[in-house]
Amino acid sequence: MNKNPEDIKVILATDCGSTTTKAILIMLQDDEYRLVVRGEAPTTVEAPFEDVTMGVLNAVAEVSELTDRELITEEGAIIRPVKGDTGCDIYISTSSAGGGLQMMVAGVVRNMTAKSAEHAALGAGAIVMDVIASNDHRLPYQQIERIRQLRPDMILLSGGIDGGTVTHVVELAELIAAADPKPRLGIGYHLPVIFAGNIEARPEVKKILEKKVDLKLVENIRPVLEEENLRPAREMIHDLFMEHVMAQAPGYKKLMSWTDAPIMPTPGAVGAIMKRVADEEGIQVLGVDIGGATTDVFSVFKNPSYDNEKPVHETENPRTIFNRTVSANLGMSYSISNVFKEAGLENIMRWVPFKMDEVVLRNQVKNKMIRPTTIPQAIETLIFEQAVAREALRLAFIQHCSFATTLKGVQKQRTISETFSQIDSDTLVDLLGLDILIGSGGVLSHAPRRNQAAMMMLDAFQPHGITKLAVDSIFMMPQLGVLATLHPKAATEVFHKDCLIHLGTAVVPVGTSKLGSDIGHYRIQRNNGEVIEGQLQFGDMIKYDLPAEETALLRFEPARNFDIGNGSGKLLETKVTGGVVGIILDGRGRPLYIPEEDEERVELLKKWLLALDIYPTDSLERA
Amino acid sequence: MGHVYTPGLKVTEYTSIDKHRILPLKGDVMVELDQVVKPEDIVAKTELPGNVDQINLANILGCGPDDVEFYLKFDIGEKIKAGEILAQNRGLFGTGLFKTSIKMPFDGNIEMVSKVTGNVLLRAKPIPVEVSAYIEGKVSKIIPEEGVVITTNATFIQGIFGVGGERFGEIVVLDNSSQPDLTPDLVDDSHRNKILVCRRRVDATAFEKAMDIGVKAIVAGGIDDRDLKQIIGFDIGVAITGSEDISTSLVVTEGFGVIPMAQRTFDILKKYNGRSASVNGATQIRAGVIRPEIVINQPTPPKGYEEPVETKIGLNIGSMVRIIRYPYFGKLGEVSDLPPELHTLESGSKARVLKVRFDDGEEVLVPRANIETIES
Repeated sequence: MNKNPEDIKVILATDCGSTTTKAILIMLQDDEYRLVVRGEAPTTVEAPFEDVTMGVLNAVAEVSELTDRELITEEGAIIRPVKGDTGCDIYISTSSAGGGLQMMVAGVVRNMTAKSAEHAALGAGAIVMDVIASNDHRLPYQQIERIRQLRPDMILLSGGIDGGTVTHVVELAELIAAADPKPRLGIGYHLPVIFAGNIEARPEVKKILEKKVDLKLVENIRPVLEEENLRPAREMIHDLFMEHVMAQAPGYKKLMSWTDAPIMPTPGAVGAIMKRVADEEGIQVLGVDIGGATTDVFSVFKNPSYDNEKPVHETENPRTIFNRTVSANLGMSYSISNVFKEAGLENIMRWVPFKMDEVVLRNQVKNKMIRPTTIPQAIETLIFEQAVAREALRLAFIQHCSFATTLKGVQKQRTISETFSQIDSDTLVDLLGLDILIGSGGVLSHAPRRNQAAMMMLDAFQPHGITKLAVDSIFMMPQLGVLATLHPKAATEVFHKDCLIHLGTAVVPVGTSKLGSDIGHYRIQRNNGEVIEGQLQFGDMIKYDLPAEETALLRFEPARNFDIGNGSGKLLETKVTGGVVGIILDGRGRPLYIPEEDEERVELLKKWLLALDIYPTDSLERA
Repeated sequence: MGHVYTPGLKVTEYTSIDKHRILPLKGDVMVELDQVVKPEDIVAKTELPGNVDQINLANILGCGPDDVEFYLKFDIGEKIKAGEILAQNRGLFGTGLFKTSIKMPFDGNIEMVSKVTGNVLLRAKPIPVEVSAYIEGKVSKIIPEEGVVITTNATFIQGIFGVGGERFGEIVVLDNSSQPDLTPDLVDDSHRNKILVCRRRVDATAFEKAMDIGVKAIVAGGIDDRDLKQIIGFDIGVAITGSEDISTSLVVTEGFGVIPMAQRTFDILKKYNGRSASVNGATQIRAGVIRPEIVINQPTPPKGYEEPVETKIGLNIGSMVRIIRYPYFGKLGEVSDLPPELHTLESGSKARVLKVRFDDGEEVLVPRANIETIES
């Protein structure tokens, strides 16, 4: 793409999902880039169509119809560049169709080089099918069997710091050679294997693997114990994704020839836009995309051991660390039954303010699984489905917290022996420091009331202190992620103006107490001078309307054993932002207090749901 | 918008079917073009590479990785029987006393010896894999070294969900309107090797008795999820099935719960009571949908069969539909109105809806996403 960013005025972007292809049209209007319209069509990767471009053209045709702007030629090509009122200046796309990018990673120590390899693969947008490590407690034949069974798109092999172990790395290469793995797509092709381990092991690794796989050598992912160098591996993953995976998928060769930038895996693109926004604004972000089959969690948090004196391999901003996790079987339709299985009935039912029969519930869940496109018609069904969503989000978030950790002891200047006793309490996820929580995916973006999305996120993530809440209304972050590689200004402008729907701000004192006891005094002063103040009591939920784009001054004086962000009992004065829901004062304590006794739980739950206007009053009264 | 497309399951009395019978790896095709095959005939076979084991001989023999090759009794690729001595050192100080020897753990060969790690990779004998025809029909295409396509005309019924793999047997329809569910008292020894069809729900105890007797498959309208868990021994998380360790396959035509089989499906199965059928419980709901199926070979159009009249694609007033979500789950009715505007549901969601009239004349509004068309 050789276009000058100033010359780009009309941008067409698509995201080819596993079921739907979404197209958006962005145009420069009054000196700023804005989303004009969105269209969608079923994805056409599977039989009988087996050509992804058909779905792309259908989605673009919808955009074309809605805007009355011709975008496709009679021959079925995208019109470029702009000629009068037709065509676009650039066309870009992301893809997760056909199962996305499926990888297997390997490293010597599960929590060190293998985990760094997992970081790189997930960051690149892959689904990690398995992690093979020398210390994963499996016997070699079991590891070989596993590599053979799974047919990944590629393998990322790491292991050893530069100058460190060679033997263990070679052993891993031997395992891969013995398994003689075949790629998922393209019979007759060699499976791509990226070696990103100890550079001293390269000659041996080459000898073992060169003839059996398509071996690529990149810089070590963990050159020294204290640092990760993920970029070379991640870039190689993207290159191979284009060359091998995309090129084999039906219709992608054609699609690749259409786009002005390489096609990115959808989650990789989401990560890219999130990190860009977080870095540009110096904020900490947590994002979630809950789909029918999987739930992705993304986070950008400060690097607690950032040292500006220290040279780094990573060329991205090392002040923050981006993490992404995919909970492959936590979702709201195809995987709803798995959420039920993983969370357990009791955990789901704690969010439901009435009793339901277990046999009926189990059948309802399975019926949703086998008919994933159905929608809740009755209010009880919606309440139950949103209860399941809370648990799916909660479980995905737990997985994320245990994955998004510091580089296991090393960054905290611990001794080497300590690095081997790594525990998940090293998580980077700092809820008190979190600035914004962004939700996406059908159950959040299409909740009948925005308040429901806010409440689901509050219950599942249980943010601490002051946190803005938002939803990505139409999940356009993937397209913006790839757009950011070509035109960062357009991507960030659209992200702020059209992508996010601001729900408001959650104010959550951290601590526990007895129901009804005072946990803090609040004072909210609006720009028009109006002042709302009162005492927040333990077990209270209070909502104040404050429109989006309006800020107010919050003064919160927590009780002695409560922390709102400045320390226990310490006053906080800050600006809070409004939204379609407003300001939510959450006095339910952290960890969240839910009574074990059923009657008390239902009573309190109803009180919260009514306070935030989550469900119609009559539906709760009759429950 | 005048119509919508709602994907339904195929239930047809006479259609042409192609089944791709493909090997997991390249191998040999065992049949010829136009050959007529039975379900159990082997159409292609191959050998999967045997399992592997890795032994660190350097550690066991107490030598350097470089020396391992020296102590091996066989060359790479040479056939070795289980129990034969694979490698042996020279014993204490090379005296031949207290020699350490390693025996081959299974029939196979040495695949690789590493001079870096001292590991020896042992490969077991190849595992033979055979692919059967699965359905009765004619070989219509040979894919060299990979497999074949079998083509036949057949009655073809798709279920919504199933467990267990491919089975063949004779259809036995249990048609007792006073006892529509399959309970243990209805299953007996005469059902061995048969495919049992029941009108409504199958329960866990009946299924377990059927497995004990040797019933090949059960086709039912519904099943309680709790019973399914009891039968297969675990809770299904993601709907990818077919490889469960059960001797009887299950095909559920409607869904979970007490739900009767659609009349048309039941009538077709009843018509072919006593005929042989191929059944597969394998289900995959995600991309590349696979539904469980029943295939009954029909070389010629069945008696009384009429070509279906081409109907307008999609959903029209008068179309027969089944509601597939609470609160009307499982009910059948006729579309009486297709209002174009969005409607606010009780849940608060705005959705396109349609009006369904039940047999008793009651009319209800239902989201279009929550119905399935019933092909006539």
